[in-house]
Amino acid sequence: MSVRHALLALLSEGPKIGLRLREEFEQRTGDVWPLNVGQVYTTLQRLERDGLIESNASDDDGQQKDYRITEDGRHEVDVWLRTPPAAIPPRDELVIKVLVAIGVPGVDLPAVLQSHRRRLVELMQTYTRLKEDATDDVRIALVVDAELFRLDALLRWLDAADVRIRAMADDARNAAPTEATVVTRRTIKVVGR
Amino acid sequence: MTGVEFVGVSKTYGVDANEVHALRDVDLTVNEGELVAIMGASGSGKSTLLTIAGTLEHASVGTVRVKGKDVSALSKSERARLRRQSIGYVFQDLNLLAGLTAAENVSLPLELDGVGIREARRAAVEALERMGMGERADRFPDQLSGGERQRVAVARAVVGQRDVLLADEPTGALDSVNGESVMRLLRAACLDGVAGIVVTHDAQLASWADRVVFLRDGRVVDQTARVPDIDTLLADEGQP
Repeated sequence: MSVRHALLALLSEGPKIGLRLREEFEQRTGDVWPLNVGQVYTTLQRLERDGLIESNASDDDGQQKDYRITEDGRHEVDVWLRTPPAAIPPRDELVIKVLVAIGVPGVDLPAVLQSHRRRLVELMQTYTRLKEDATDDVRIALVVDAELFRLDALLRWLDAADVRIRAMADDARNAAPTEATVVTRRTIKVVGR
Repeated sequence: MTGVEFVGVSKTYGVDANEVHALRDVDLTVNEGELVAIMGASGSGKSTLLTIAGTLEHASVGTVRVKGKDVSALSKSERARLRRQSIGYVFQDLNLLAGLTAAENVSLPLELDGVGIREARRAAVEALERMGMGERADRFPDQLSGGERQRVAVARAVVGQRDVLLADEPTGALDSVNGESVMRLLRAACLDGVAGIVVTHDAQLASWADRVVFLRDGRVVDQTARVPDIDTLLADEGQP
């Protein structure tokens, strides 16, 4: 999440003071990503240093600074809105856990998968309640949808992992030499002679 | 009060070598005012559970109670009456009758149950209004969009004073936002005191339920606990 660009985008609507920017950021993202004041001011200082915004008052004149976007800043927002997010997938803890679990002796893999599945569905229930309570707020619905689709993707991945791991276990069972296969091999050997 | 109760329910199809265990020793209680989602892979027994809850099939073993009545103790006609009066269904393929208007589709179950045409029409229009479909009451199914047809199907399932609502993949092929409105309607019906069971493989739909029950190979293997609130969740650093 680029706080820098999100604040810049908010300033493209008109000049604002730091506290107002923080409020609007939190409001627009459905209060899901809280920001602290220090983070807001550090980001604004850097934006000003880079010439993307300017302020109308000095630090020591006792007034709250009004920040406004510059032409370079507007260009930056435009480019940012069109740039796709990073293509490198984040390291997903769930994926790592399941991959590791396959190699740990004595682990009940289906039970591990199910415990994650239940937890993911519980999270989805929580987010769905948020959406249910905020019927008229399209921004909350969008933020919640994003989280729901992300969790849903993980669940689908778990389901696929479940099927693959079951198939792997079946293959392992079938590959183990049973009495019947031993007999068959001997029979073939005899016939071969 | 309990809407639907399964105690040690098993269902077996076929005999000997062809025997298939669709449900194994299922215990499940769905209270009035509660919406429960059943999730599981294809062949896990979800739809069988729903048809047994709807008294359309018998359990091979165990007890099924609907509104506290042991279904196996009812005669065929008593079961049919229970289905008509107390149980509403939303099917995957909707099953709306093409030759009837939306209002006629919704009033049909009441008329079949002996309610007068005028009273049935009034109840049907009221149910359609609750679904935001009051102005479309006199349209035929082929004059409605997919989402609107789904709303008519939900209205038909909740018309009259139904106690139990059963839905099998109720959002069919709808997009996620239209699917969501169907789930809102089902949830609203349950908040009004109906006991609801929705069977789905879609976690986003299931997450509208108060409780999600996981079926695997005919067994209940797990269910969700109390839904954590968002503040607890954000304070919790733990990852799934």
